[in-house]
Amino acid sequence: MKEYVIIGNGAAAAGCIEGIRSIDPDGPITVISAEDHAVYCRPLISYYLQGKTDRDRMHYRSSDFYDRMKCRVLYGRSAVRIHNEKHEVRLDNGQILPYSSLCIAAGSSPFVPPFEGLETVRARFSFMTLDDALALEKALRKTSRVLIVGAGLIGLKCAEGILHRAAQITVCDLADRVLSSILDADCAAIVQKHLEESGIRFLLEDSAVRFDGHKAYMKSGKEVSFDVLVLAVGVRANTALVKDAGGTVNRGILIDTQMRTSLEDIYAAGDCTEGDDLSSGQKRVLAILPNAVMQGHTAGINMAGGSEVFDKGIPMNSIGFFGQHIMSAGTYEGEVYEERTENSLKRLFIKDDRLKGFILVGREERAGIYTSLIREDVPLSTLDFESMKKAASTTVFSSEIRRKKFGGVV
Amino acid sequence: MKRVYVNEEWCLGCHLCEYNCAFANSGLTDMVLALKGKPLFPRIHVESSGRITYAVSCRHCEDPICVKSCIAGAISKENDIILIDKNKCVGCFTCMLVCPYGALAPDENGVMQKCELCVQNACGEPACVKGCPNRAIVYEEREA
Repeated sequence: MKEYVIIGNGAAAAGCIEGIRSIDPDGPITVISAEDHAVYCRPLISYYLQGKTDRDRMHYRSSDFYDRMKCRVLYGRSAVRIHNEKHEVRLDNGQILPYSSLCIAAGSSPFVPPFEGLETVRARFSFMTLDDALALEKALRKTSRVLIVGAGLIGLKCAEGILHRAAQITVCDLADRVLSSILDADCAAIVQKHLEESGIRFLLEDSAVRFDGHKAYMKSGKEVSFDVLVLAVGVRANTALVKDAGGTVNRGILIDTQMRTSLEDIYAAGDCTEGDDLSSGQKRVLAILPNAVMQGHTAGINMAGGSEVFDKGIPMNSIGFFGQHIMSAGTYEGEVYEERTENSLKRLFIKDDRLKGFILVGREERAGIYTSLIREDVPLSTLDFESMKKAASTTVFSSEIRRKKFGGVV
Repeated sequence: MKRVYVNEEWCLGCHLCEYNCAFANSGLTDMVLALKGKPLFPRIHVESSGRITYAVSCRHCEDPICVKSCIAGAISKENDIILIDKNKCVGCFTCMLVCPYGALAPDENGVMQKCELCVQNACGEPACVKGCPNRAIVYEEREA
């Protein structure tokens, strides 16, 4: 009987468990969970602080999930070493776990640059885990002035989540715009305006060089006083276990389309990995929830002796702030089709007869049809893309393809 | 497994399915009270282009990407039907970003909703099918 070990207990691990069980109903599964919580999805922590969800509703799966899946979960434990020749994992308490197939779903960790004087700041937080959110919740007062370092997805979702719990929120970033990893300058300007109107202050192209207690000294010479500091500069994939075992890592653990690492019987999934980005044709860390679940599921099936491929990974994000929704997908290269109003913007990127990517601000209707063109690598010459530019619709496909899509006599 | 299928040859583009859907899911017994003068939030929508019209609702995919993409674990597949737990939904719209059919859309409160084949309401069978005047929407078993 096969024995499975999964390092990590997030969304990729849940996908992996379900993947294994779709093939192998009985082989023992052990999950190593550093956090003392049943599986939840990290993006929910800002919604928790915002009051849009709570501890109970945050559970990603039902309370009988691990029992139903016949999983043993070791809470509060972490893996410290993989002995791949012996097919063993050593835990922080010295325990040794043998495996036939191992999945590393270890996620990522906040990256904290070496700021001078950071140790003098008492109320300082990361914003990655539920425990981070609970600690931040405790520290916040209605009178708190909060400084968030980092205007990326994590920093801004944090800002939205805690705005009503604090007196003032300032977000700084070295980049010249908000959400620089997913938005170009024009789109970022619309989003920033909306965030400012909602009550967030920005210091862009500026960052803290030194901290002293309740004060940040900025590169620009400005000084920012704060009561609570949130560091959301960036994240790094947790690659050390594979690297130390002699496996191939780059910015993430390198995986193929079957989620295999370079080490025998070791698979990886989720934010710790670097896999294929279909839209750019390159290897990339695609640290988003849907890919984590799909990679985990694929890994699980293959670990259990099935045969599954996941080769449709692309960067894609749907994120909202104070009622404004932003969607992005793929890579931003090629010819641009654009529609804009004062508060909305749609940009489609077209190259080599393919839709390569898009950014939609306040234009989210039926966006999945655009996403499917990227993920399915559909030649645009096979459909009426001209009418598709204005509004996503399935009518642009040929009648034969419509029949296939809708299963019959459309 | 029975599914909703459409016949674009027979679809008149009358949008009655949208009204019947919104009414069936309103929880009310009076159609006028439920719909008159209010914006419509149906879970089915009529697509049209030139002479082509047909209704689109959730296909209840065999390998549903919405289920795998939901950050709240609010979308699940039970007995081959894809259901959404609106109480868990946080309104991030990721399911809208990934559904290849454009079959999910927010309700009047910004919470996501989708066709659940009328199994969660009092209708008992898909209201869009029952009310289609030209049998352009049917609910039947077909070979994949």
